[in-house]
Amino acid sequence: MAHFEKANSLNEWMDQRLAVNTIKRVMQTEYWIPKDINFLWAMGMVLAATFGILLVSGIFLLMYYKPDVNLAFDSVNYTIMSEVGFGWLWRHVHGVAASLVFLIIYIHMFTGIYYGSYKKGRELIWLSGMLLFVTFSAEAFSGYMLPWGQMSYWAGMVITNLFSGGSLEAYALVEWIRGDYVPGDAFLTRFFMLHVLLLPLAIIGLIVLHFGTLRLPHVNNQEGAEIDFEEAAELYKNGNHKDSKVIPFSPVFLSKDIFVMGVYFILFFYLVFYHFEFAMDPVNFDPADGLKTPAHIYPEWYFLWSYEILRPFSKDLGLVAFGIAQVIFLALPFLDRSPNVAPASRRGLFHYWFWLMLIDMLVLTFMGKLPPTDALFANIGLVAALLFFALWIALPIITKLEKKL
Amino acid sequence: MNKELKIFGVVAFFTLFLYWGVEPYAHSQMHKHVEGHNFVYDGTADIEEAEAKLAIAKESGVKVEKAEATAKAKKEFWASVAKISKLKGDPVAGEAGFAMCSGCHMDGAMNMGGVTPPSLEHAGSLYDKNYLIALVKNPAMASNVDHKYADTAMHPMGSVSSMFPDDQQIADVVAFLKAKKSGELTTKEAFTDACGRCHAMRYAKTSQLGDTPKFKYKKDELKYQVKILEEQDLVKAYMGKLPPDLSIIIRARGEHFLETFVENPQSQLAGTPMPRTGLSEEGYEKVKEYLTEIGDPSKPHREAIGPWVILFFIIFTGLAFLWKKEKWKGHH
Repeated sequence: MAHFEKANSLNEWMDQRLAVNTIKRVMQTEYWIPKDINFLWAMGMVLAATFGILLVSGIFLLMYYKPDVNLAFDSVNYTIMSEVGFGWLWRHVHGVAASLVFLIIYIHMFTGIYYGSYKKGRELIWLSGMLLFVTFSAEAFSGYMLPWGQMSYWAGMVITNLFSGGSLEAYALVEWIRGDYVPGDAFLTRFFMLHVLLLPLAIIGLIVLHFGTLRLPHVNNQEGAEIDFEEAAELYKNGNHKDSKVIPFSPVFLSKDIFVMGVYFILFFYLVFYHFEFAMDPVNFDPADGLKTPAHIYPEWYFLWSYEILRPFSKDLGLVAFGIAQVIFLALPFLDRSPNVAPASRRGLFHYWFWLMLIDMLVLTFMGKLPPTDALFANIGLVAALLFFALWIALPIITKLEKKL
Repeated sequence: MNKELKIFGVVAFFTLFLYWGVEPYAHSQMHKHVEGHNFVYDGTADIEEAEAKLAIAKESGVKVEKAEATAKAKKEFWASVAKISKLKGDPVAGEAGFAMCSGCHMDGAMNMGGVTPPSLEHAGSLYDKNYLIALVKNPAMASNVDHKYADTAMHPMGSVSSMFPDDQQIADVVAFLKAKKSGELTTKEAFTDACGRCHAMRYAKTSQLGDTPKFKYKKDELKYQVKILEEQDLVKAYMGKLPPDLSIIIRARGEHFLETFVENPQSQLAGTPMPRTGLSEEGYEKVKEYLTEIGDPSKPHREAIGPWVILFFIIFTGLAFLWKKEKWKGHH
């Protein structure tokens, strides 16, 4: 038994037993963030807050949702929407947050690409972040199955069919994933499990890892400048806030984060109350019907760019292209051969690469929703998909040519 | 600060552009545009449809004569409706004519030929005058489902033309229906009369047989369930499939779609067995209101709470800004 002094306050009592003061110092007051940042640096906390909202609203919805093909649709659209007090609010919050979380993820990702925040010791930040993107995608897809509407059913049909591997015709694998020949009760209950347990656990674990990977290389700054954090921290602790290049996570960095979150929440709740339809496709308000294919089947907006990479090619080529597109972003730190950590605007050809990639993904997104029966849209989609791969092939070359700053 | 605003501008621009592309623009391309007719029933859409079919027939050289005959019949039919519409109807004389209608259109009517005849209690305020005239003249033509009866069965209400062979008689009975106002029409009555004989609405606990009663004994409840299934079988046999439950149709279809679909189902879903119901603008508004009450019950709550939540976050953001300014003091 270790020796314990009598504590004079609750804080002291806790500190003796849990080292709360040390935790507070390490995680907050002496966790140093560069001062030279802009509001895009708040997107991480905005994401954490949105995930929190998804978790809380999800817990409330879980109390009334019924994972059964005969009950699911009405448990969502009737029980939750008309019988449960504020059930509609939790559902609309959950739906809007599920859509916005991807908007913020994309902003967060492109911020990282723009400022080169995936290089020179920051590779694991990028990799864990991309793994979060993949798990969030799986979480979004599995959640989309749950209301068991027309789009749930047919999206489930289309996406699970991808696992047949084109000409490999691995239908046994597809049946194994579905637990049935077509999406049915076994399919719904397993996606329910994934959505409410396994994937959220994985996400929480990856968030912890993502935060952990930030610790040693530290957060990047607007100029990509290398900072002597120990020296800057000493300066700050000595009271020279003006000349120090760092700020403590709490309360200085957090105070800005919370302001940015406030602005975000104004937009968020505007959407929840007045414009939630964008996140809740009307087609999914028709109950699942295996005998009636909807006129257009398309994924939610955040999957459209990769869907459009699948579509314009032949069956096997399309699948290969789709598969590569899903994982290519993971390779970014290794395909970028330039030693420079700097904003794209100072990196010559990479500057063009960045904006071309952004615009190309927007074009792919637009075309992914439009009917491919229109020749013009189909051709634009094909060109955009080819450009996507051309850009990735060009990346090592142009970054190799890049002058050292 | 200026730089932050510039970056914010870039992010906002791309976000709005993205939204425009995947929502308004995509939807404008995905759905065909259908012109509404403000609930005026003069056959314009029907004649246009028939002429379009005629053009296709001429191009392919298949069934040209039939298409020609249809287009001609439609034009003649709606011209005669317009003629009757100009006649001055006598409601008193119409009441006598109406006696013939009430043989089928009565309380507790049973399914006849696939569908239960609707109550005409509120027909005057629910349906358009021209439509009613057209319906008495030729029900299949009026509802724009004549293609269903072209060479096989007869419209369940087909015999009506023999009851009102004279144009003046039609004008009279329609004048009677329009004059007859039995109390204020509720939104629910509007739905039941216009839609409820084919479409169930399970979230309002109604079926094709009307409100589902509560039963003390399970066996009575099951008996009633069987009655519903039997009625649904008849409707299914008549329509080809069971018409969809309309509980949340208000969220499953856009406002413009619903309006143009109700006005003329063929315009949005060519070949559908659903007849045009002939709702007047006033009648449609009532039906829409009911569909919203049942299908989107949170609407009034959203409108009540929304402004307060947003106000809360505006104040929150203002305070957060002041806190941030305080914390960053002396840092630059």
